[in-house]
Amino acid sequence: MAWMAWTFPTALFFIVIGCLLVIFTILAVKYPETPRTGVLRIETTRGDRLFITLLGSAFINLAWLGLTGASQWGALVVCLFYATAVFRWV
Amino acid sequence: MEKTVNQKAWFLVLPVLILVGFSAVIPLMTVVNYSVQDTFGNNQFFWAGLEWFDELLHSERLHNALGRQITFSLIILAIEVPLGIFIALNMPKKGFWASLVLVLMSLPLLIPYNVVGTIWQIFGRVDIGLLGYTLGKLGISYNYSQDAVHAWLTVIVMDVWHWTSLVALLSYAGLQSIPDAFYQAAKIDQASRWKVFRYIELPKMQGVLMIAILLRFMDSFMIYTEPFVVTGGGPGNATTFLSIDLVKMALGQFDLGPAAAFSLMYFLVILLISWVFFTVMTNLDKRDGV
Repeated sequence: MAWMAWTFPTALFFIVIGCLLVIFTILAVKYPETPRTGVLRIETTRGDRLFITLLGSAFINLAWLGLTGASQWGALVVCLFYATAVFRWV
Repeated sequence: MEKTVNQKAWFLVLPVLILVGFSAVIPLMTVVNYSVQDTFGNNQFFWAGLEWFDELLHSERLHNALGRQITFSLIILAIEVPLGIFIALNMPKKGFWASLVLVLMSLPLLIPYNVVGTIWQIFGRVDIGLLGYTLGKLGISYNYSQDAVHAWLTVIVMDVWHWTSLVALLSYAGLQSIPDAFYQAAKIDQASRWKVFRYIELPKMQGVLMIAILLRFMDSFMIYTEPFVVTGGGPGNATTFLSIDLVKMALGQFDLGPAAAFSLMYFLVILLISWVFFTVMTNLDKRDGV
């Protein structure tokens, strides 16, 4: 795999996303759910909310990088708040 | 009696998953991997962190390309959607002429992208092209290879020529599915032509129009071949849209790191817009009870 020039941070990034997908699959099998309608007025399941969280987090990170120039860990904190909000209200 | 659940069918999806894994997921992961590294060739990579993202987010070149891209997409949507609806409304509904018009309308859609580019590249040339030569003889100065406005006009007219049919055909399909009873009711109520369009035809076309707008937006947002063949992104950078700029960066300059970071941001924007359209569309369907 050396020719693909993998680095630990990128590997970790995908491992985390992979783990999230596995966890949500297990949750979906163990605790089936019905979609609910939140503040966006659209029906969402847990998987939808995970997608909204991940996509939004990517934009939060880019905005943080482009606008603030502060440490990127700050963006992660914002993302955690964002994720909580999405899972609570969307 | 409770129905038995058999999940073995999922194994049948496995070949597709492997195929998608190798053709889409792993290449995308590689792009993410390249976006945080730098290379000078020879397959040697150096860690660069978020440097490329930072550089691109503040890059005037990228901002300009994005601006041109959004302007282009909005202009072609503003022309193709109303024009497509107008054409669909005026197309014959049945008989020989309906079939003939349908075939004629589909023709531009069947032509490969690079051929469309070549057709217009030659058509617009001042020395041998029918359009360029005629305009020149009429005393109108037109040269898409030197004047940015002319290049833009050519690329826009080309896209309108190539893709308006798609909007028209989709709208036509939407119109054909409206039962006669709606028109009869409108006639009894003495509704004007505008009101028939506004309260019967437009709402009935809503679903197909959303698909048409989504398809046209995504396609124009990722446009590469046609403007590349016609103008090559010029004159200067006048028609360098995002994908043309990306290819220049990745293959022309072999800047794999910045190009990978660029691709990811491009991909995220497209993913966001697709998700918004998809959500709106599925919610429309649910509301209509489809």
